[in-house]
Amino acid sequence: MTLRGRGLGFTAGLAVAVVSIQIAASAAHKVFYLTQLTMSAYSMLVVLGLVMLMGYAGQASMGQAGFFAIGGYVAAFLTTFDLAPRRDTLLVALLDRAHLLMTRPDGSGGSVTHIHPWAAALVAIGLAAAIAWIVAGPVFRLRGHYLAMATLGFGIIVHRIFLGSSYFGAADGISDVPALVLLPGFSITGRAASRVSNYYAAWGLVLLTLWMISNLIESRVGRALKALHGSENAAAAVGIPIARFKTQVFILAAVLAALAGVLLTHYNGGIGPSEASVMKSVRYVAIVAVGGMANLRGALVMGTLLTFLSLRGYFGSFDDLVFGGILLAMMLFAPQGIVVGDLWRRLRSTFSGKKRGDDGPAA
Amino acid sequence: MTLDIFLQFCVAGVTYGIIYGVVAIGFTIIYNTTGIINFAQGEFLMIGGMTAVTLQRYLPLPLAILGAVAVTMLVGAAIEVLFIRWLHRPSVLRMIIITIGVSIVIREIALHIWDEKSHALPHFTGDSVSAIAVAGAKISPQVVWVIGVCGTMVVLLGLFFRATPLGRQMRACASNRDAARLCGINTRNMVTFSFVLSAGMGALAGCVVSPITYVQYDSGTALAIKGFTAAILGGLGSTAGAAAGGLILGLLESFGVWVLPAAYKDAVAIAVMLGVLFLRPSGIFGSAEAARLREY
Amino acid sequence: MDPLLEVRDLGRRFGGLLAVAELSFTVNSGVIKAVIGPNGAGKTTVFNLVSGYALPDTGSVRFRGEEVRGLPAHELAGLGMARTFQQIQLVPGMSVLENVLTGRHRHTRTGFLAGMLRLPGTLRESRAARERCLETLAFLGLADLADAEAVSLPYGQQRLVELARALVCEPSLLLLDEPAAGLNMRETEDLAGTIGRINATGLTVLLVEHDMGLVMNISHEILVLGAGRRVAEGEPRAIQRNPDVIRIYLGEEDAESP
Repeated sequence: MTLRGRGLGFTAGLAVAVVSIQIAASAAHKVFYLTQLTMSAYSMLVVLGLVMLMGYAGQASMGQAGFFAIGGYVAAFLTTFDLAPRRDTLLVALLDRAHLLMTRPDGSGGSVTHIHPWAAALVAIGLAAAIAWIVAGPVFRLRGHYLAMATLGFGIIVHRIFLGSSYFGAADGISDVPALVLLPGFSITGRAASRVSNYYAAWGLVLLTLWMISNLIESRVGRALKALHGSENAAAAVGIPIARFKTQVFILAAVLAALAGVLLTHYNGGIGPSEASVMKSVRYVAIVAVGGMANLRGALVMGTLLTFLSLRGYFGSFDDLVFGGILLAMMLFAPQGIVVGDLWRRLRSTFSGKKRGDDGPAA
Repeated sequence: MTLDIFLQFCVAGVTYGIIYGVVAIGFTIIYNTTGIINFAQGEFLMIGGMTAVTLQRYLPLPLAILGAVAVTMLVGAAIEVLFIRWLHRPSVLRMIIITIGVSIVIREIALHIWDEKSHALPHFTGDSVSAIAVAGAKISPQVVWVIGVCGTMVVLLGLFFRATPLGRQMRACASNRDAARLCGINTRNMVTFSFVLSAGMGALAGCVVSPITYVQYDSGTALAIKGFTAAILGGLGSTAGAAAGGLILGLLESFGVWVLPAAYKDAVAIAVMLGVLFLRPSGIFGSAEAARLREY
Repeated sequence: MDPLLEVRDLGRRFGGLLAVAELSFTVNSGVIKAVIGPNGAGKTTVFNLVSGYALPDTGSVRFRGEEVRGLPAHELAGLGMARTFQQIQLVPGMSVLENVLTGRHRHTRTGFLAGMLRLPGTLRESRAARERCLETLAFLGLADLADAEAVSLPYGQQRLVELARALVCEPSLLLLDEPAAGLNMRETEDLAGTIGRINATGLTVLLVEHDMGLVMNISHEILVLGAGRRVAEGEPRAIQRNPDVIRIYLGEEDAESP
């Protein structure tokens, strides 16, 4: 089976799984499972970006949660900060003329005039991209431990800012975030009635992102990234502008994380400082590791499973221990993540062994 | 700022600074013998402090501290033997993630052995309100203990490296591992010993500072970051630089409170870390050559 | 013949060591020029200085008439310089063809967006690049290894893959860093033939090499370095008889013997 064929097979299988789970959950009256699966889906957007950055381009980032939080918090802030008292200022007047404001009832009986969620989302993601661009320059002049620590330091600073600032709700975060209307009649929101549509929207986005990142990895850019991971000297020798590529990949991963932050914040109706914590960044790295570092599909499957179980509380107070332990175990015993890839291959050859003689006997 | 307030800031800066220095020295010792940056370094202080708190319920204080140091040294040896020793030419990325994983696992196990509350040993002499007057400033006797104990540790360490056969062997190992091995030095044991030494120093420091700062299951993380910052500030690879870096960081943090809101105190260390990484990776006392990371 | 590469007064110091000093030489278009010298003579340093992997302290490097001293390696690659490495730098996890395809980077344009969305032009570009790479692999006799994992091949073939990668960059100057290192006699002979064929297509070659047989066999000109300075430069036969050259390789006494 060609590489492309295998990829399509997985995507088709995943799509089938997504639909079947929804039907099963609805039938069993356990639709709330879909809520956690939706939240997991948005986390997977961060993971896919990190697989590309860490697995393929070989650049460690211990601070992806920082970009997630920038996306989520900026969107939350802009859609909850009441501009009504400032109606007379020039900026607010301009925003009004550009139809970028909206007024809605807030949670406590009054009303709030804020920037339209669409505009807020664009600002949030744009800001994350800009910050990634600024940070990338100095960060990528570092190597190894220093690079990882610098990204860790970035994540911690972002965390401290959101935790410490009253504009961002300090320890309580921001709540009462409105829905993000995508189409008439459909919006990103946590309301029970929209559960199924949001589930499909989230997973549709994940499948689309998977398709796009897979395409990228198999294209000229993907080869350049693998080359610069494998040997920077060789990459330079064929004319690949190393610093520029690292920066671009870093920005792309940041944009994906910020997008996830925006959407999850609107879905949950709020965001808190724990989304920017070091442990969150560590989780993303653990998922990339357990999936096999440079393995989009492995990370997606394992990541969804782990995140879902974590959200459902299966790990109890051992939550962080589980992710830390997985990270440790994977890095010690299987840094290439053979487990998942092998398992998948064995499953496939078991089922296709009868049709294709050249695959050899079933595993 | 009046003299006595200035002195208070200095005392606070030196107290915390010397702790950061001990953590930084621990980083440096392990880095010198293995090329690894041990992100679990901060946990040694936490384990030492927490274990001593538990032990001193059954034992007199000095024995409890001794016991805690011994236990932590065992943990340090265990980490090296279980997670580091048998790896064959691991990549830098893999080592980073492994030590981060180790620190998380230790922290979470500590959470389940003890609890999420903060604990402290009793003050070694006096109590939480006794004070010694020095040039108009009031300092707690425990501060004297911290500076005394940690300062003594640093001095003894220097003597150890210079004057004892084992210390000289460790320096040889740090300088050129292959040459040391050819001279008959058992480099594997050196590596284990460096973990044990770093763990023991960390544990003692953790015990002596706990009456002032209290210790809880997640104290290790912040200490690791600040210790790392201190180590690179002084120039990674130099124990004297690590001690100096710790003191400088402690003072910067302490006087930083004067300018920044208290909530951002931790941000000072991060800012210093990023400053060093981006502007002068070789640190204040290090050379550009030393800034090139070693191989494991 | 016009000079493709002109090096004037090149100098580089590493701490206390003067690796290269006051070195001037020219590589004319279409020749095969070898740089030889005892260990520590500065050959690889000269290579790195010329190809953008190290910064010269002094001197000038003119490539195709333009001053290029100080330009980073990837920009020099874009100007027409390609090189291979003493320690083979192939990318693990990629096939031979994929490794060689990285060499087409400067001749292709698919960027992030086009790559992610598989825009129409990308397929055409990708196919053209593949064909070009397969042609070059065939030229070097590696056509049937195109899908093999590059780093699992025997040493000699890995060197050829690196060579293929350099060739598909369509350079005007090919820099080979000890291409015969680790090759047996047979492989070295084949290499000599291959370099000859490459040169016959008009490509200028500058190589650093220890294998005297190869050097004397294929080079049009030889530059001899000793302690970072030029000791001699000229045609192979003249170099072989040059007493200064013999001296730096063998020591004082043998300089006198015929």
